[in-house]
Amino acid sequence: MRAPSESDIAAGEVLLAVENVSLSFGGVKAIRDVSFDIRKGEIRAIIGPNGAGKTSMLNVINGFYTPQEGRITFRGQTRNKMRPHDAAAGGIARTFQNVALFRGMTALDNIMAGRSLKMHRGLFWQLIRFGPAMAEEVEHRLRVEEIIDFLHIQHIRKVPVGRLPYGLQKRVELGRALAMEPDLLLLDEPMAGMNLEEKEDMSRFVLDVNQHYGTTIALIEHDMGVVMDLSDRVVVLDYGQKIADGTPDEVKKNQAVIDAYLGVAH
Amino acid sequence: MFYREAGQYKTSYAADQATFPILQDRIGIGIILFVAAVIIPLFGNDFLLQAVMTPFLVFALATIGLNLLTGYTGLLSLGTGAFMGVGAYACYKLTTIFPDVNIIVWIVCSGFFSAAVGVLFGLPSLRIKGFYLAVATLAAQFFLSWCFIRVPWLYNYNVSGAIEVPQRSLFGIPVTGPNSAPVTRYLIVLTIVVVMTWLASNLIRGRIGRMWMAVRDMDIAAELIGIRLLNTKLLAFAVSSFYCGVAGAMMVFLWYGGAEADVFSINQSFTILFMVIIGGLGSLVGSFFGAALIYILPIILRFVPAELGVPLNAATVEHLTFIIVGALIIVFLIVEPHGLARLWQIAKQKLRVWPFPY
Ligand SMILES: Nc1ncnc2c1ncn2[C@@H]1O[C@H](COP(=O)(O)OP(=O)(O)OP(=O)(O)O)[C@@H](O)[C@H]1O
Ligand SMILES: [Mg+2]
Repeated sequence: MRAPSESDIAAGEVLLAVENVSLSFGGVKAIRDVSFDIRKGEIRAIIGPNGAGKTSMLNVINGFYTPQEGRITFRGQTRNKMRPHDAAAGGIARTFQNVALFRGMTALDNIMAGRSLKMHRGLFWQLIRFGPAMAEEVEHRLRVEEIIDFLHIQHIRKVPVGRLPYGLQKRVELGRALAMEPDLLLLDEPMAGMNLEEKEDMSRFVLDVNQHYGTTIALIEHDMGVVMDLSDRVVVLDYGQKIADGTPDEVKKNQAVIDAYLGVAH
Repeated sequence: MFYREAGQYKTSYAADQATFPILQDRIGIGIILFVAAVIIPLFGNDFLLQAVMTPFLVFALATIGLNLLTGYTGLLSLGTGAFMGVGAYACYKLTTIFPDVNIIVWIVCSGFFSAAVGVLFGLPSLRIKGFYLAVATLAAQFFLSWCFIRVPWLYNYNVSGAIEVPQRSLFGIPVTGPNSAPVTRYLIVLTIVVVMTWLASNLIRGRIGRMWMAVRDMDIAAELIGIRLLNTKLLAFAVSSFYCGVAGAMMVFLWYGGAEADVFSINQSFTILFMVIIGGLGSLVGSFFGAALIYILPIILRFVPAELGVPLNAATVEHLTFIIVGALIIVFLIVEPHGLARLWQIAKQKLRVWPFPY
C-alpha cells in the first residue's frame, strides 16, 4: 500500500492520481479525504459496502462532480475543474451502474455514437453524406463492427436498445465505451444483476480489453470472486473513507475490511 | 413481387448505410417521385396544385424542421410559427433590397436568418429543459409576433401591414406574384422540399444525427462520450429553424402570395407541433404523414360528404377537424408516441414476412 508520489506521477507510471479528495452533498459526506492511484495498464477494483462512495468517486474522476477538496492528476496533468466532455476528450470512458444507453437508438448507433469525438466531417459533409463523409462513416463502422464481433452482439446490431434484455444492454454500453478507445475505462458494477454465465462472459471481456488493448480499467464490483480474479489492486471504501488499499490477497486479510463487510458497529 | 429483404445481401457497409437499403423501397420512392413530379403537374388541376399539394409540401417541410428539434433532439419548441415568419419577412426584405437576385436564392437564404434567430432563442436550452424551454420559446414566439406587427420596416411600411409578394421570374417565367402559374410554384416547392428532405435524411443518419438523438435520449451519457451539449443543441436549433424559415418563405411567396403577421402566430406553432406528434416524433416520413393528415383531412371532410350528397357546412367541417385531430393527438400521445410513422413501420414489418404471421 502506498500513496502516489510526485516522482511516480512525473514518470507517467501512474495514469491517474486522486489526492485528498473530499466531496459532500449538503450534509452528506460522500467522500472523505481519499487518496489512491491507478497505474497504467492495471485493473484497479474499487469496492465497499452500499453507499460507501464508489460511484461518487467515479463521478469525481470523470468530472460530473467537482470535489470540494483535493486534486486529481490524469496523465500528468492536474486539474481543479473539468467537464465530462473534456474527460472524454482526454481519454476517460465509463459505464453506469444503471445502464445509461440511448434507448431510442439501435445498438449499432449507440456504439457509433461512441465515436463522435473521432469523427470530424462537419455539417456540410454530413448533409451531403457522400465521398469523404461516407468514407469516414464506413471507416468508423469497420472499427465498430470489430467491437460488435468482440462482444458477440452481431445479432442485435439493428435492435433499438430499449428492447434488449438487461445483460445485453450492459454489453452494448461496454461497446459504446470501447468505441471511444479510452486510456482509462471506468466500469460501475458491470456485472450487477447478471447470472453466472453472463458474469463469466463479462469478466472475459474485461480481461480481454485490458490485455489486448492495454486499457487501464477501474472497476467497481460487489462480487468478491470477480474482484479477486480480475483485479491487480483493490481500494476499499467505507462511509466515504479509504480503509484499505493493496493486492486482492492483502485486502482480503485486512481486519478493517472484514469488519466493514460484516457490519461491525462504528 | 413480395416485399422482402431476403436475398438482398449488402456487400459493403456503404450499401448497408444507403438511404433506402431495400430494393422495393427504392422502387416505391421512385414511383412517388414520378407521380409528384410528372403525373400531378401534367394532370392535376389548379385546385389540386394550389390548394392541396403546395400547402401540404410547405407544411411537411416545416414539420421536418420542428421534428429535427423536437423529435430528434428532444427539445420542445412553441416558436415554430415565429421562426417561419422570420424566413418569410427576411425573404421579403431581401427581394425588395436586391430585386435582381433570383427569388429562389432568397427563399433558400432566408433560412439563414431564421437559423440565426433560432440559435439566439435556443441559448437558454443549455440550462432549461422540457416545459421551461417550451415557455422560453413561447416568449420568442410572442416577441417575434410583436415585431412582425410593430416594426413597419419589416413589411416595407405597406399601409395594409402585410407582405405583398412582388412578381419575380426565372428564365422569363413568372414564379411569384399574381401572374405565376400554380404548376410553376408547385414544381419549385416540390424541388426544394425533396432536396431538403434528402439532406435531412443524410444528416440524421450520420454523426450529427446520432449526437442529437444521444442528447435526446440521455444527455448525461451524451456528455460523457464527448458531446458538447450546448453546441449540439444550438446546431439543432439552427438547422431546425433553417427548415422552418424556408418553409415560411415558401408559404408566403409560393403559396399565399401575401401574408399578414397573424399567419405566423402561436396557432401556426401548434399546428406544426400537432403534425409532428401525429406523424411521429423522430421520423421524416412521419412528418409527411402528419402534414397530410392535418392539412388534407379538412379538405376531404369538405368535399367527400358533398359528393356523397350530404354537404357539411364550413363550421361543421372545422369542428369535426378539431374533434378528430384532438382525439388523434391524445391517442397518439398516450399509446403511440411514434405516431403514424410507427404504424407505417409495423405495416412494412408485416409485409416483410407476408403471407406468414411471423
Ligand atoms: N447526487 C447526490 N446527492 C446527494 N447525495 C448523494 C448523491 N450521490 C450520492 N449521494 C450520497 O453519497 C453517498 C455515496 O453514494 P454512492 O452512490 O457513491 O455510493 P456507492 O458506493 O456507489 O453505493 P452502491 O454500492 O449502492 O452503488 C450515499 O450516502 C449517497 O446517498
Ligand atoms: Mg454505486
